[in-house]
Amino acid sequence: MRNDELLRYSRQIILEQIGGTGQEKLLASSVFVAGAGGLGAPALYYLAAAGVGRIGVADWDAVDISNLQRQIIHFTDDIGKLKSDSAFEKLHRLNPDIKIERFNLQIDAENISDIIKDYDFIIDGVDNFPTKFLINDAAVFLNKPFSHAGILRFSGQTFTHIPGGACYRCMFPAPPPAGLVPTCSEAGIIGPVAGVIGSVQALEAIKYITETGQLLSDRLLTFDALTSEFRTIKIKHANNCPICGDNPTITELQNTELPTCDI
Amino acid sequence: MKLIINGKEENIAENELSLSKLLTLKDVKFPQMVSVQLNGEFVKTDLYESKILKENDNVEFLYFMGGGR
Repeated sequence: MRNDELLRYSRQIILEQIGGTGQEKLLASSVFVAGAGGLGAPALYYLAAAGVGRIGVADWDAVDISNLQRQIIHFTDDIGKLKSDSAFEKLHRLNPDIKIERFNLQIDAENISDIIKDYDFIIDGVDNFPTKFLINDAAVFLNKPFSHAGILRFSGQTFTHIPGGACYRCMFPAPPPAGLVPTCSEAGIIGPVAGVIGSVQALEAIKYITETGQLLSDRLLTFDALTSEFRTIKIKHANNCPICGDNPTITELQNTELPTCDI
Repeated sequence: MKLIINGKEENIAENELSLSKLLTLKDVKFPQMVSVQLNGEFVKTDLYESKILKENDNVEFLYFMGGGR
């Protein structure tokens, strides 16, 4: 490690759980973040700051003024710019030593496996159920660990899938019927909830890479900002899970129709 | 009847209560909006009606959260 790198990462290198070895692992690691929005923004910032050597960021959308209340990686003068470009610029300025890979596209059943296969850890920061389930399914098929998260109004949830452990479908076998669960654009979201949950996702990636502490695997962390309560709920791998259970019914990736009311 | 619902002890006036009745009491309008764990095991949606709750049962409602951006 160079001298300036030792200085840049000194506050985490002095942690006994990270140390020089952990920092080397971070610099050699790669994380893919799906969505440069409310969850992706803090996750991307912290991963880039921590020195994750290669970070992929995918988003198909352009920055809108209504994003700025929570998507803190985008600034007022980015309005109209592609989110993947806007995120790339901020991350490059924050840490020019790491490699940032931009994907200006919508993740779908055709492209996801090719994109995520070369990353060590995946972060789900997308805003719709079809893509959340797609990320789960692709990660399960490719034996990739990933962090799921969802946020709504004043609350959020997150859990980590480790190959062999419980997956998102063990908890939620299928997406809810379209229109039954509102999106953030319909129901609202308070910005710092995205910050809290997206930061936990970055922590999970860092913990996974440096083999530190206990991951949120087989556990769902829920956060209610109104009562200031965090809870973790044990999640068992489900033998009847449609994708990782004993008799899986899902054997290939499929695109699901996006609800039209989204964003 | 005493139940533990999302980690909190609650006294429910009724003594014979199905899971689907509890969902109604708890204002969950559509059973497809949540995933339910009873004493640590997930319960399939089509069993909510027939699953009768017992004293001290531990019920977790896991809500779908689809937001992210």
